[in-house]
Amino acid sequence: MSLTEQPVVQPPLATCTGVGKTWQTDGAPFVALRDIDLDIARREFVVFLGPSGCGKSTLLYLMAGLEQVSEGRIVCGGAEVSAPGTDRGLVFQDTSLFPWLSVGENVTFGLKMQHMPKEARRRVAQEILERVGLSEAIDKRPDQLSGGMRQRVAVGRALALKPEVLLLDEPFAALDVQTRSKMQEFLTQVWQQSNVSMVFVTHDIDEAVSLADRIVVFTARPGRIKTIIPVDLPRPRDTRSKAFHDLTDRLTDLMRDEVDRAFAEQERVR
Amino acid sequence: MKANLTAYLAQRGAAKTPGIAGKPRRGLARRLVPLGWGIASLACFISVWELAWAAGWADPLLLPPPHIFLRNFASQAQYFVPTDVIGETSSTTALRSLVMTVVATTLRVMSGLVLGFVCSVAMGVAIRYFRLLGNLTLPTITLLAPISPIAWLPVAIFLFGIGNAPAVFMVFISLFFVMTVSTISQIDNVSRTHLHVAAVMGATRAQTFRHVILPAILPSLFMVLRMNLFGAWMVVLVAEATGVGSGLGQVVMLARNTFNSSLSFFTMTLIGITGFAFDVALRLIQRKVLFWVPDNGLGGMK
Repeated sequence: MSLTEQPVVQPPLATCTGVGKTWQTDGAPFVALRDIDLDIARREFVVFLGPSGCGKSTLLYLMAGLEQVSEGRIVCGGAEVSAPGTDRGLVFQDTSLFPWLSVGENVTFGLKMQHMPKEARRRVAQEILERVGLSEAIDKRPDQLSGGMRQRVAVGRALALKPEVLLLDEPFAALDVQTRSKMQEFLTQVWQQSNVSMVFVTHDIDEAVSLADRIVVFTARPGRIKTIIPVDLPRPRDTRSKAFHDLTDRLTDLMRDEVDRAFAEQERVR
Repeated sequence: MKANLTAYLAQRGAAKTPGIAGKPRRGLARRLVPLGWGIASLACFISVWELAWAAGWADPLLLPPPHIFLRNFASQAQYFVPTDVIGETSSTTALRSLVMTVVATTLRVMSGLVLGFVCSVAMGVAIRYFRLLGNLTLPTITLLAPISPIAWLPVAIFLFGIGNAPAVFMVFISLFFVMTVSTISQIDNVSRTHLHVAAVMGATRAQTFRHVILPAILPSLFMVLRMNLFGAWMVVLVAEATGVGSGLGQVVMLARNTFNSSLSFFTMTLIGITGFAFDVALRLIQRKVLFWVPDNGLGGMK
């Protein structure tokens, strides 16, 4: 089993070294993450896969700078991460668009914060929405769009600030199965046409195999990296091929113990 | 035939957008149906009253039914004297003085509402923005909030004497503490995701307040304002009855003092209609300004 050994030609874009996160709760300290060592290359598509509550989203938030590490350090683009930065775009599960702004205004919200003039912002919005296939929707309101379209807008909004890495926290979890597979194709296209790295959190094995260059499998809480599985299937990926199924089977086996443990933990907590 | 078609179209429109935000279909039939129910509801109420009178249960001196207290419009309206000076006779017509009385009360409510809304939202935001200010003022505000606005009436008169100011102050005070506390709780409940988005997008603290927190809390604050509207109406009547020489509250007082039950019910009808119109107006403003909020159609017609 090939573990963290990964040939990286360029220096990695982001590096996690001994990262741990402990939440201070009223009772005992709650260890969410422990001993995370991970490199993410430029233009790489990395998927974090693990049972719910394993801390994979926590790691994403640490990388985004929205939470602070308890141990270790995270370096992104040569600088240590301590706060959010526009070099790291973030896409949330759903309902992250501002309902009081039009789709175009949502896309360029970050540029407005940087005081870009209105006309320039509209041009950027048009360009971005074209890239995500929603150029008609620029003056629509978010609640007039479907869930899938909203998530495309959210991806566009993150791209508008020209980040080096896109961090996606289960962005398609709220969508139905058909829409989700369409969105996976869409995201792959966006990724191929840009220079960003992707870090994608999911608990869905099929989704992980459809998207990833490398799948980082997490253990149940406290989250650690159980193993890292490279996926070298050609794109676009045929979800019905044997190779695809072999990989999902292997991941299912890997995940089974962790899911059982996570489940037992949840029952215990309840 | 044509009516059937409109009804059908209206129904289709309704079925198409169940509970989704957006401009409601402007079908005539769709607007008439709730209006019809409104009339039916009112008709039931009035007929019970009229029946009670016809059966002799309701003494027309104490509980005059609508057809009695609405009958003599001119003689009722003469009591609506638009003057703050007691004993002064008015030369204006009855209808004119009635309208002026209603307008005077309405303006007091409106000024108090606007003043209270702006000040309390500003205060709530400031409390959450400047931590020191919050620590210093919030405990006092929380302590003052449960005091009934009526208890402030003497204070209003001590501070502002007689006239418009105490009435406006009363509306203001009935809103200010409640709305400040509500603003703070709305700020604390702003979606974490939205705050995260702002942070990731590089918004400063001030930008986050202006572009995320303020628009996020306005809809529910507007709801709180509408809820407090009726409270403001009650308070302004009390203030007018005591501290001001004109307005609907003064007429209610007059009706009480002269044992004029007809006038009392006539004024109550006016108060009801004006208050209702006010709520409808606020809802229209809400729909215009806060266009992204689904209309929940709370109370009255949709």
